[in-house]
Amino acid sequence: MNEKRKKSLFSGPLVAGALKASVIKLNPAVMMKNPVMFVVEVGTAIVLLMTLLPGYFDAKDRIGFNLAVFLILLFTLLFANFAEALAEGRGKAQADTLKRTKKEITANKLLNGGAAVKTVPSTELRKGDIVVVSQGEMIPGDGEVVEGLASVDESAITGESAPVIKEAGGDFNSVTGGTRVVSDRIKVRITSDPGETFIDRMIALVEGAKRQKTPNEIALNTLLISLTLVFLIVVVTLGPIASYVDVKLEVPVLIALLVCLIPTTIGGLLSAIGIAGMDRVTQFNVLAMSGKAVEAAGDINTMILDKTGTITFGNRMASDIVPVGGAGGDETAAWAAIASLQDETPEGRSVLAWMRKNGKAFDASLADGGGFVEFKAETRMSGIDLSDGRRVRKGAVDAVRKWAAAQGGAVPDDLGKQSDRIASEGGTPLAVAVDERIFGVVYLKDTVKPGMKERFDQLRAMGIKTIMCTGDNPLTAATIAREAGVDDFIAESKPEDKIAVIRREQADGKLVAMTGDGTNDAPALAQADVGLAMNSGTTAAKEAANMVDLDSDPSKIIEVVAIGKQLLMTRGALTTFSIANDIAKYFAIIPAMFMLAIPEMDALNVMRLGSPLSAILSALIFNAIIIPLLIPLAMKGVAYRPMSAARLLGRNLFVYGAGGVVAPFIGIKLIDLIVHAWI
Amino acid sequence: MDVLQIVIVIGMLALIAKPLGNYVYHVFSNESNRTDRLFGWVEKPIFAAIGLRHRAGMTWKRYALSFIAVNFALVAVSYVLLRAQNGLPLNPNGIGGMEPTLVLNTVISFITNTNLQHYSGETGLSYFSQMAVIMMMMFTSAATGFSVAVAFVRGITGKGKTLGNFFEDFVKAHTRIFFPLALVVTLVLVALQVPQTLDPTLSVTTLQGTAQQIAIGPVASLEAIKHLGTNGGGFFGVNSAHPFENPNALTNVIEILSMWALPAALPFMYGRFAKNGKQGWVVFSAMMALFLVFLTVAYTAEKSGNPALEALGIDASQGSMEGKEVRFGIAQSALFTTVTTAATTGTVNNMHDTLTPLGGLVPLAEMMLNVVFGGKGVGLVNMLMYAMLAVFICGLMVGRTPEFLGRKLEPREMKLIAVAILAHPFIILAPTAIAFLTDLGKGSISNPGFHGISQVLYEYTSAAANNGSGFEGLADNTSFWNITTGLVMFFGRYVSMIALLAVAGSLVRKQWVPETIGTFRTDNALFAVLLVGTVILIGALTFLPAIVLGPVAEHLTIRQ
Repeated sequence: MNEKRKKSLFSGPLVAGALKASVIKLNPAVMMKNPVMFVVEVGTAIVLLMTLLPGYFDAKDRIGFNLAVFLILLFTLLFANFAEALAEGRGKAQADTLKRTKKEITANKLLNGGAAVKTVPSTELRKGDIVVVSQGEMIPGDGEVVEGLASVDESAITGESAPVIKEAGGDFNSVTGGTRVVSDRIKVRITSDPGETFIDRMIALVEGAKRQKTPNEIALNTLLISLTLVFLIVVVTLGPIASYVDVKLEVPVLIALLVCLIPTTIGGLLSAIGIAGMDRVTQFNVLAMSGKAVEAAGDINTMILDKTGTITFGNRMASDIVPVGGAGGDETAAWAAIASLQDETPEGRSVLAWMRKNGKAFDASLADGGGFVEFKAETRMSGIDLSDGRRVRKGAVDAVRKWAAAQGGAVPDDLGKQSDRIASEGGTPLAVAVDERIFGVVYLKDTVKPGMKERFDQLRAMGIKTIMCTGDNPLTAATIAREAGVDDFIAESKPEDKIAVIRREQADGKLVAMTGDGTNDAPALAQADVGLAMNSGTTAAKEAANMVDLDSDPSKIIEVVAIGKQLLMTRGALTTFSIANDIAKYFAIIPAMFMLAIPEMDALNVMRLGSPLSAILSALIFNAIIIPLLIPLAMKGVAYRPMSAARLLGRNLFVYGAGGVVAPFIGIKLIDLIVHAWI
Repeated sequence: MDVLQIVIVIGMLALIAKPLGNYVYHVFSNESNRTDRLFGWVEKPIFAAIGLRHRAGMTWKRYALSFIAVNFALVAVSYVLLRAQNGLPLNPNGIGGMEPTLVLNTVISFITNTNLQHYSGETGLSYFSQMAVIMMMMFTSAATGFSVAVAFVRGITGKGKTLGNFFEDFVKAHTRIFFPLALVVTLVLVALQVPQTLDPTLSVTTLQGTAQQIAIGPVASLEAIKHLGTNGGGFFGVNSAHPFENPNALTNVIEILSMWALPAALPFMYGRFAKNGKQGWVVFSAMMALFLVFLTVAYTAEKSGNPALEALGIDASQGSMEGKEVRFGIAQSALFTTVTTAATTGTVNNMHDTLTPLGGLVPLAEMMLNVVFGGKGVGLVNMLMYAMLAVFICGLMVGRTPEFLGRKLEPREMKLIAVAILAHPFIILAPTAIAFLTDLGKGSISNPGFHGISQVLYEYTSAAANNGSGFEGLADNTSFWNITTGLVMFFGRYVSMIALLAVAGSLVRKQWVPETIGTFRTDNALFAVLLVGTVILIGALTFLPAIVLGPVAEHLTIRQ
């Protein structure tokens, strides 16, 4: 499915579907929803009538011109419909794939408190039912694992083929209908009724069936409608005014002027921009519950990020090995490595990785035949008992110190100093000892993910403040915060703290984004303006959030913000472009309209267009073909790189504002060269 | 020499505008300051008399209701006074009561600060009517406009929940701004030979021995508020071209500055309210830039003369002096024309009907925009509306939903702004079209051809923008013109005022959005350019087709 999502913009079946839909959308009842284009449709109908009944309208000598105007207007409508249909089509294709996975799942429903099993279709399952799902079966509905542990293939939703572990209790108990159990067997309590499942919601979302206009879209639409009305007034009143000086204006010419002036470009592309923006989020494997959430992402002022898993890897990794008590550096490192040879914890593996990275060699054969000692909560150490009788240990400093002291060893003077230093820097010290002798300390550090610092710099350039939340002590938190480059942090934070921070920021008028996965994150996710829940998280978290990341990568919130901004920028850029286009269209049509009656008007024909007829047709043609030319931009969004508002504005204003003024002058002139030669 | 005159006047304005803006801010900021001591003793008894003790802040609805109620009461009183003026005192010339549709037109004209005059002052009004109706409304309508602008600015900049108290603003606008300034200007004008008397019309015998009636009256006082309040209604029919209204170049400059200073000061008042002086500068610069373009067009068009007259062999080296006063010349006439329509005053010192086509386009275009300084607060409010439009359209390009002065612009604001941007072209173009469709309208046009279009367009534009200057040449004292322009003035004034007050009312309740580096800035040069661009694209292009058929066509056809 992932591959399908990445399909090119104009793949065959999509285009074919969109072409069909663009004709169907000509239905006036559908068109009414887009008043700007509806005005065009009414104009088209009038010109069609005049072409078909030239005698009635006294337009026999202008059939050719009227027919040309009609065709161009018709294509203007089709192009606008095509843009919308294409944007919708991509969602529909995804929805169809999802629907296929949904079809005909059977469920093994437990009856009488588990005494009996009945096979029922998944559509008959209700909230609270318990089902058993075994290896190879589809999970029939959204729910929580109440018993057992299984690996589940969630690729139908996430596109990620590696199975994930789901188990009863804890934060990894939620399962989604339509995913497949690949090993073991679990009991699932269903948490949603048919039609309200995650997949149902996802289908509705990508299909755009439930798409509601966002507040910004409504406001922009209001502006576009009022501009349309203004130009309607202009054009309707022009006839009587012109009649005073005996200039007779033909209805198709007035309609051409009207269509050129009203913001058809943005009017035709507006909904496509919105749908495509949502679609970009979906392609990014994030499900936004509403377009409003995506827009809100663009407006974010503050971002609250969990340290573990988002900013850092969450595993403490060896970043140094410090000898104590006069031991040699290589010797200490070698013992630390031997102690970690069979230690499968991330900390243990990181010690070996550190050795490789720093080119340290050690004699691994010492450990041959030795017995591995696992980490236990009581001993707080792990290690290996070598075949020669020596015992190597690695663990919490005070545990190792006690262990060595119990064997009569002397504790080196600088052990305390080194371990305190490491702790104060936010790291975790692990002492390494062989029998009674303590060799040194492994410096474990929580490592910031690569590239995070740059991303926080970008966020700062966009005016977004980052706050890191961590359960660590203030010292550790400060170190990581400094290293990652976040603006602020909350140490020893409890889930309530997140809500408090969100409320505090919101009271200042800021919009807050956060990520979370646990049940105790749910209230904060609901409170935040943009809450991104992890798909691996609990149902409560997913329901509270307004976005779900199917890949469960919390750092994606940063990209979501960029997509939100891009959506808004695309809308603004095309609106500006569309309105700026009017200048050139005026200079094409106005002189052409009056030139026959007032030859001096030729002075306003700054583009030196061939003839009045070709000028009007050229402006109309430009007005029509600019729509399909801008479809790729509307779908992909304008290029966005994080930078300050002032620079962004300067750049976009130059490209779409100044470009919007100049492009139609060139475009209309070129079209006129062709049209004039042809008529 | 011409250019020097113009530069000096503009320079004087630039010097006055900012300090005056600061002063106006202190008047309306409602924080105690030094001016309280100076004016408190006048205001306290007034506030006590009208029972305004707490001066509680008002919601936009209350504010709008209050100013409409006050305006309505003033209209009612004025209607009665004008109808019954023949029976009232101070009527030494025995002028009769006014005809009803003309009264209707006149009271609407003055309460809306338009001062479109379909009557002639010398013969149509008694001295009592001039003072109790005309001058009274000149003060109150200007104070109303000022108050609404202040309330609007409070709404979009303030963190309070209300727009202020209309009655307090209304009284203060009189006591602290219009009365003191009018007093000073009146005295200066009297010193410069403008008459101020209640004596009846003079009957004199001329040198040729014929008898002549010379109209006089309380001219200087009316002249002062006529300009300060950007009203424009002249004491005499020919307005400031009359030697008693505007005797010399010095009075001309005083009158220009009187009508220009307050509108030019308001952007700076706004900057103070916004706690960011640069915001004020941006608005002022945008207005000034547009003004300079218009002035240049007007001046060069008039200076280069009328080709039709040149063709007759008339020396055009002075420029087009037809309809201009020799004592003012081209420069002072062009400047006066550009200022009077920029500030939507509507006073004239030359006949706009006889301006060259492009020279006549300037006043027309300025009134169509109604944002180049603009009169009595309306210009500022309109310009800020365009600022919101600019923010709304271009603000998206920084990747955030649009914010203006820390508040989000959402559907409610856009709907209200839509009402305002729709109303203006509608009330200009629709009646213009109707006038050309009906014999009632067409019958009054004195010039055939393109100039006739300009005449009608000018009349309604002047009414809609509450300017009040006439292109003249239009026989406009008929029921048709009295009623249609009356309606246009009425809607031109109140629709946008109420809609924009509602915008302020909606914004004042909104949560503030903090400013960050990601915020779209409205206090820099780029925004001033954007603002001008928005005004041109949305405000000006709307009228282009009509303008092309009027002044532009006329210009192109007489060039040959």
